[in-house]
Amino acid sequence: MNTPYRRSAIFSYCTDPAALDTARWFACYLTTGKHMGFYVSFGTVLLLLAITAPTALAFGFAAAGAARSALAPLRWIGKTYIAIVRGVPDIAFFLFFVIALDQGFEWLRHKVKCPDWDEPIRQGNDFVVCTAAKLPLGNAPQWMHETYGFLLAVLTFAIVFGAFAGNVLFGAMRAVPEAQLETGSAYGMTRRQIFWRILVPQMWVYALPGLSNLWMVLIKATPLLFLLGVEDIVYWARELGGSKTPRFTDYPHGDWRMWYFLALLIFYLAFTRVSEIVLDRLMKRLTHGQATTGGEAQRKATS
Amino acid sequence: MKSLILGTAALAITASMAVAESHSVVRLGTEGAYPPYNFINDAGEVDGFERVLGDELCKRAELTCEWVTNDWDSIIPNLVSGNYDAIIAGMSITPERQEVVDFTQNYTPPSPSAFVAASEGADLEGGVIAAQTGTIQAAHIAETGATILEFPNPDETVAAVVSGEADAVLADKDFLIPAVEESGGALMFVGEDLPLGGGIGMAFRKSDPDLRAKFDAAIQTMKDDGTLNAMIAEHLGEDSPAF
Repeated sequence: MNTPYRRSAIFSYCTDPAALDTARWFACYLTTGKHMGFYVSFGTVLLLLAITAPTALAFGFAAAGAARSALAPLRWIGKTYIAIVRGVPDIAFFLFFVIALDQGFEWLRHKVKCPDWDEPIRQGNDFVVCTAAKLPLGNAPQWMHETYGFLLAVLTFAIVFGAFAGNVLFGAMRAVPEAQLETGSAYGMTRRQIFWRILVPQMWVYALPGLSNLWMVLIKATPLLFLLGVEDIVYWARELGGSKTPRFTDYPHGDWRMWYFLALLIFYLAFTRVSEIVLDRLMKRLTHGQATTGGEAQRKATS
Repeated sequence: MKSLILGTAALAITASMAVAESHSVVRLGTEGAYPPYNFINDAGEVDGFERVLGDELCKRAELTCEWVTNDWDSIIPNLVSGNYDAIIAGMSITPERQEVVDFTQNYTPPSPSAFVAASEGADLEGGVIAAQTGTIQAAHIAETGATILEFPNPDETVAAVVSGEADAVLADKDFLIPAVEESGGALMFVGEDLPLGGGIGMAFRKSDPDLRAKFDAAIQTMKDDGTLNAMIAEHLGEDSPAF
């Protein structure tokens, strides 16, 4: 990786930034390779949200389903998962999970791939597995390491937010009027049929306020990505905003962290606002025809 | 006899292949926020004294190396759990760290730490002193009567002095020199320089002595032919102590 130091080549006049007028200086400054990393990290955050939200919802659905299962062991698993994750501070989970999950995966691969390895895996502080068990493999290109780190982050977020979503869905399932379910069984439906055909379609309207709250919290939790070793927007804002001396950059400037963080603030505010609008629409649609006050109001408005 | 020699040769070849395979790519972990030792340049790549040094060491040791950045706070835990193979991040050799990782010989001599403040009269004995978390400087302040104000980034320690949040910052002098020079008189060195630590070395997992030996030998060759001194003078300044 002996890439030589290159100046940004987006604009031809960027060869000597010190001689430029303000507008051109900023045009050059905002298109350096470093800033490109910053812009890409916005995509990273959006991608994380796009993958994590459905995954966490799936985790939550499974947890809620398990927590109200008729089978006692399954019920215990569901309830324990929800209780433990909800009770432990996020940051402890984030710091613990990434290393623990990573080592857990490598340990499993080690057991499968190198059965005749005779050295201990724990050597003092070191965690040593055979080369074939490394995840990703030691000689894998950097982007694979980054993708792997990103997926670990997604999994960690999904585990944490899945527990909260599980609790919301569990409550929502209980909010569906009991009479609806009893009617189902009076018609001779099995438990499974009642769950999928009566309970699930009706519970979303009760779950949505809680879930939309979680979504907002998830958006705001994305800066935790940096704790997981993923270079997110907060990392870049801090790195780019810090004061720079002419010795180490062509674009020296003072402490601009305030402006970078202001940009992040606007980004997060705009994003949560858009989310609110979308969630409102979704709520309207889900309320349609439901036996709730919202559904009743809709019915009256149209009739 | 012949089969014995052949057997030994075969064993030697497989052993060396195993070593070569286990480190076909050596991942070097650095912080990327500590100029002039390591920082992210305008192109978004790792740059600085340690980048040049690390690339040269890898060339001499005939290894393929790759640069990885990691937050300072978790730089040792990620090394021992195997996310990269070496730390080259301006890390001073101290007995506390040696309990967890193994260092090469130092590639800079013990270099002084210094205080920087916004005024001559800053109270270094009982005032508020900024330092980066988990550094020898932070450990030193904790032993004095001063109040320590810790930051995760080196950059923020200097910013704290500029904003008046801290009376002074204690850090490696080589890191502070550019900050003082470019401040236009707003920042200055105060008090005596402190000789802290045993110089900077590369850190390796204790279970990885072969790789450490390779880099140790490469550092020795650079000390012997004087290239290391030239590199120190170029990147850390003519006044920085050399070997």
